[in-house]
Amino acid sequence: MSHEVFLENAKAFKLTALPCLEISDFYSNVSDSLRQHWRVSSYFALNSSSEKLNNRLIIVLANENEKMLKAFSTEVKNSFESLASEFPQVELFEREIYENCGITPVGHPRLNPVRKPSNFQFFRFDGSDIHEVAVGPVHAGVIEPGHFRFQCYGERVLHLQIALGYQHRGIEKALIGGPDLKTPYLIETLAGDTTVGHSLAYCQAIEGLKNIKVPLRAHVLRAIGLELERLANHTGDLGALGGDVGYLPTSSYCGRIRGDFLNMTALLCGSRLGRGFLRPGGSFFDLDTEERRCRLQSMLENAQRDARSAIQLLWDSPSVMTRFENTGRLSRETCVDLGLVGPAARACGVFRDVRRDFPTGIYGTSQFPTEVNSDAKNGDVASRALVRWHEVQESLDFIQVLLEKMPSGPVCVSEKDNPCISDAMIVSLVEGWRGEICHVAITDEVGRFKYYKVVDPSFHNWNGLEMALREQEISDFPLCNKSFNLSYCGFDL
Amino acid sequence: MITNLFHPLLALIFAPLMRGIINKTKAFFAGRLGPPLLQPYYDLKKLLKKGCVYSKTTGFVFVLAPVAGVALCVLCLLFLPCGNLPALISFQGDLIFIVYLLGIMRFLTVLAAMDTGSAFEGMGASREVAFSALAEPTMLFGLAALARKAESFSLTPMMHRITAEVWLTDAPTLAMVIAGLLLVFLAENSRIPVDDPATHLELTMIHEVMILDHSGVDLGFIEYASALKMWILGSLIIGLAVPIRSGIIWADIFSVLVGLIALAILVGVIESIMARFRMRLVPQLLIGACIFSIIGFLVQ
Repeated sequence: MSHEVFLENAKAFKLTALPCLEISDFYSNVSDSLRQHWRVSSYFALNSSSEKLNNRLIIVLANENEKMLKAFSTEVKNSFESLASEFPQVELFEREIYENCGITPVGHPRLNPVRKPSNFQFFRFDGSDIHEVAVGPVHAGVIEPGHFRFQCYGERVLHLQIALGYQHRGIEKALIGGPDLKTPYLIETLAGDTTVGHSLAYCQAIEGLKNIKVPLRAHVLRAIGLELERLANHTGDLGALGGDVGYLPTSSYCGRIRGDFLNMTALLCGSRLGRGFLRPGGSFFDLDTEERRCRLQSMLENAQRDARSAIQLLWDSPSVMTRFENTGRLSRETCVDLGLVGPAARACGVFRDVRRDFPTGIYGTSQFPTEVNSDAKNGDVASRALVRWHEVQESLDFIQVLLEKMPSGPVCVSEKDNPCISDAMIVSLVEGWRGEICHVAITDEVGRFKYYKVVDPSFHNWNGLEMALREQEISDFPLCNKSFNLSYCGFDL
Repeated sequence: MITNLFHPLLALIFAPLMRGIINKTKAFFAGRLGPPLLQPYYDLKKLLKKGCVYSKTTGFVFVLAPVAGVALCVLCLLFLPCGNLPALISFQGDLIFIVYLLGIMRFLTVLAAMDTGSAFEGMGASREVAFSALAEPTMLFGLAALARKAESFSLTPMMHRITAEVWLTDAPTLAMVIAGLLLVFLAENSRIPVDDPATHLELTMIHEVMILDHSGVDLGFIEYASALKMWILGSLIIGLAVPIRSGIIWADIFSVLVGLIALAILVGVIESIMARFRMRLVPQLLIGACIFSIIGFLVQ
C-alpha cells in the first residue's frame, strides 16, 4: 500500500483506500511533510469500538504550493509520541485528541485542556515586578466568552495564554449518526458569523458522499453568499478596528455598511446571516426575478462606494496608521510554524487560500482571488487590515461579475433518494472569511456519519494571537484581538 | 458677594452639559443622531436613584472617594474667577492650592481603585498616576508663566490683569500656555488622544477602568465630579483665551459660557478626526505639553 493518498477537495473515497501506516512510518511521513511546506488541515483520532484500545489517528495535510491534499493514518493504543515540540501546529490537535479520546501524546510540552477551561494550568512568571492580568470569560462588551491570562512587566506583555471552551456544545458528537433533519441546523450554529461557510463545507461533503452534481446556477449563488458573508464581516471588523483606536468616522460608517451587506444576504435568502440558504444539492433560494437581481446590484454599488470612502480614511489618517503599524507583529516563520490560515496568514506573506488552492464550484473557473501587494505582508495589524480591505474590494468585483452573467437553470437537485456511500471518507474545504474551514466526514457501513470532524479557521489561529501579543503593550490587546477576530464558538464546537 | 456666587452655581448646573455637547459633536461627525444633549443629566438622575453595590474587599476609602471628589471640585470652584468677577475666596497662592485640590481628588480616586484589589483597576491607577505626574508640571509651569505676567499668585488678580491688551503684547506666552493647558485638559479629562471615554475595552482604559467597581450614587458622584473638573480646567483655558473683562456680570458670564461650549465642540472635533495615541506615546505628548508651558514661562 502506498504511504499516502492524495485527495481532491470534496471528493469521497473508500476508507479502505486510506493508508494505515506503521507508527514509525507515520511519524517520519508527517515530519517530512511538515518540513516540506505541508501543513495540518485536520488531525484527529477515530475510536474503534470493536477492537479494544485500537485507535486510528488520521491526519489531513495540505500544501498550497503544490495545490495538493493528502491523508494517511496509523493505529495507536492509548498513547503516542508527541510531535508538538518540533511542529507547533500539531500542538492543539494533539491536545484535542487527548481530550476527546484519552490517547496521551507523550512528551507534549503543555498538555492543557482544549475545551475545559476550569482545568487549565496557566504559565506563570516569577518575580515581584511581574503582574498577572486575567480578562474574561465575562467581558465588558457583548462578545463571546473566553479567558485571557497575561503575564505583564509594567505595560509590556511577556506572555499570553488563552483558555477557551466556555461554549462547548458537543456539536461533533451530536452530528454522529447523521445526516438527518437536524444536521444542517447544527452545522449552521458551528459559528454564527460563518453560517454560509460552514453550511457550504457541509453541503460539499454530503454532495461528495452522495455523488450529486450541483447545478451551475447554485454554484454561483453559493459563491455570492460566501462572498457576501466575507464582505459583511471584513467591513464590520475594519470598522471595529477603527473603533478600537478611538477613530469614529470609519467605525460608525462601517457598522452601517456591514448591515447593508447583511441585508443583501437577506435579499438572497431571507436571513441576514444566511441561515437556511444552502442545502445539499444546491440552494434553497433563487435570485429568481430580474428586479431582485437589479436591486442586489444597485445595493452592491452603493455599498462599494460607501465602503471605499469610509475605509480609505483609515489609511489617510496618520494617527490611525501609527497605531496599526508594527502592532501585533507575526513573522512569516511563526506563521508557517503555527500553520495559520486565512487573512492572518496572508498578512504574513503566506498566500494560502482554499478558493485558489483547492477550488470548488465556480471558484474553479475564476481568476480569483489574487495576492495582495507587498505592503501587506508585515504580519502586523496594518497588514491584516490591508489584506481584508483588499479582499473586500476583490469580493465586491467578483460578485458584480457573477451577477452580470448568471447562468440559467435549476438551483437545486434532489438528494433525498441517494444514500451516502458507506465506509467512506471525505475532506471538504471552504475558504470562509476567517480562513480554511475543514470538514471531514467518515461514514459507517450504512452510510451514516461515524465521525464528523470540524476544524474552524479559529482553531489554527488562536495560537497566532497568543504569539502576536508577545512584547506588545497590554493596551494594544483589543486591537490585535480584533485584527484576528477569531471565533470562540467555532473553536469550542 | 452674591454676584460672586454666580460662577460656581453656573458650573454646578451646566457642567454636565459639556459632555453632552462633546457627544453631539462626535455624533454629527459620525453621521449619527447621537444621544440627547441632556443625556448626562438623565444619566445622573438615573444613577442617583440607584443603590450602591460594594465588594467585600473594599473599605472606607472606596466609599469616601466619590463624595470627596465632588466636595473637592466644589471647593475648587470657589477659587475660580469668571472674567472680571472675583472668586468667592482668593488669597496669594490659591492657584497652587486648586492644582492640589484636584491632586487630592485624584489621589483618593487612585486609592479607591487600589482598594478593590482588581488587576484592572491597579493597572488603571498606575497609568493615571504616571500620566498625571507628567501633566502636573505643565499645569504649574503654565500658571507660573501667568503669575509672572500678572505679578500675582492669586487667580482673581491674575485674571483681572490678563486683558485683551496683554494679548497684544504677550501673545506668544499666552498661546504657549494655552496650548500646554489644552493638552493637559484632554489628558486630565481622559479624552482622545490620551484616553478613550467611549471604549468598553478595560485593557485600554485609563480613567474609566479605575471606576469599574463603583455603582449607583457613587458612580453618579464620580461622573458629576469629572464634569465639574472639566469645567474647572476648561474655564481656566477660556479665561486666558477669551480675555473679556467687562466687569458687567452678564457679559462676563456669557463669554465664559460661550467659550466653554466652543471648547466642548473643539474636543468633539478632535475626537472625531483622530485616533487615540498608543499608550507608550502618551508621555511624549505630555512632555511636549510641558515644553509648551516652559517656553511660555521663559518667553516674557
